[in-house]
Amino acid sequence: MTDPYKILGIAKTASADEVKKAYRKLAKQHHPDLNPGNAESASKFKDISGAYDLLSDADKRARFDRGEIDASGQERADASFYRSHAGGPQGAKYRAGPGFDPSDLFADMFARSGRGGGDFHEFRMRGSDQSYTLTVDFLEAAKGAQKRLSFPDGRTIDVNVPAGAETGTVLRLRTQGQPGSGGGPAGDALIEITVETHPLFRREGNNVVVDLPITLTEAVAGGKINVPTIDGPVSMTVPAGSNTGTRLRLRGRGIAPKGHSAGDQYITLKVMLPKEPDAALSDFIENWPGRNYDVRGT
Amino acid sequence: MNRSLHYVATEIGVTVEDLTGWIERRWVLPIRSGKTLAFDDADRARIRMILDFHRDLAIDDEAMPVVLDLLDRLHATRAQLRAVLQGVADLPEAAQTMVFKKMRGEAEQ
Repeated sequence: MTDPYKILGIAKTASADEVKKAYRKLAKQHHPDLNPGNAESASKFKDISGAYDLLSDADKRARFDRGEIDASGQERADASFYRSHAGGPQGAKYRAGPGFDPSDLFADMFARSGRGGGDFHEFRMRGSDQSYTLTVDFLEAAKGAQKRLSFPDGRTIDVNVPAGAETGTVLRLRTQGQPGSGGGPAGDALIEITVETHPLFRREGNNVVVDLPITLTEAVAGGKINVPTIDGPVSMTVPAGSNTGTRLRLRGRGIAPKGHSAGDQYITLKVMLPKEPDAALSDFIENWPGRNYDVRGT
Repeated sequence: MNRSLHYVATEIGVTVEDLTGWIERRWVLPIRSGKTLAFDDADRARIRMILDFHRDLAIDDEAMPVVLDLLDRLHATRAQLRAVLQGVADLPEAAQTMVFKKMRGEAEQ
């Protein structure tokens, strides 16, 4: 355990204001986002913010001074700092300036140092790829959809989300990334799809699975019911004697990715008693000769 | 994972007004799909960073764009350096040694 007063470099008698000042000074020095590439800064910052956490809270500070609690910093996941994204494809839109043109960099560097750049020629280079993520709802992913994306720089593009897209599907849009340099082609935009869950539908491969409540009457006597599918409700017959867990199939009502035949929809039945107890039903059950039927194999 | 404006504001502990202001000032650049803004992991980490800078480091609205701009330039330069080093890694060993010697010499000046 390290002494939080020592970490912040202050006396035990420091005022709340002095605690804050000391913390700010150290945080400006050691915040991991101000120290990209310095691995040590993350653990230093953890100690500093842990100490500040404790000492900036009058109640926690008093308890620490009485020896009731220990100082312990909260480790912040590295991914929560911007620096761990800044160099990656998602950080590309924030990195200042146009795409990397090595000849510009050489010209700039050698102009400053007053030395010649040698026989340096302009590079023709393809622009870099840029990654984006796009969230679509279950039905859009199942049936395919067109989404318009507006980029931070004002460009818009229409993305055709193909039928059957899944979370993790990556669409490559040619030449929609960073511009190239020296007459080189633009990079590509890579769009990663995230599919939201649906309250009713689940996906198993190209099949769609639905849990469907039915009445006791429909379970015992069978009947026609309306079943939601990704293309709207469809009428279906529940066979007499259906049970909770009975699985029915609607052939070809699942997801049809391009070039594949459509999957099926599976309906898992769930028998529901009336919401309110029903006297007539209770009477019937109590007098029903078959009421002691075995379901647990005992 | 993509998140919406209200989710992100609540998750990170920033007010919707502040976050909206940061987006208007282009400190944060979420992409827009129809009427919804989508924040990726980098956007969210950046919001956390701006919040830290604002609340803990007392960097005010006047100084923030300067800090962010310099940081973005630093990351651009680091990305360029990384690209250069990747190129160097493909060179024969003798050439690599020459480059590294030069780099060390420049650094020591």
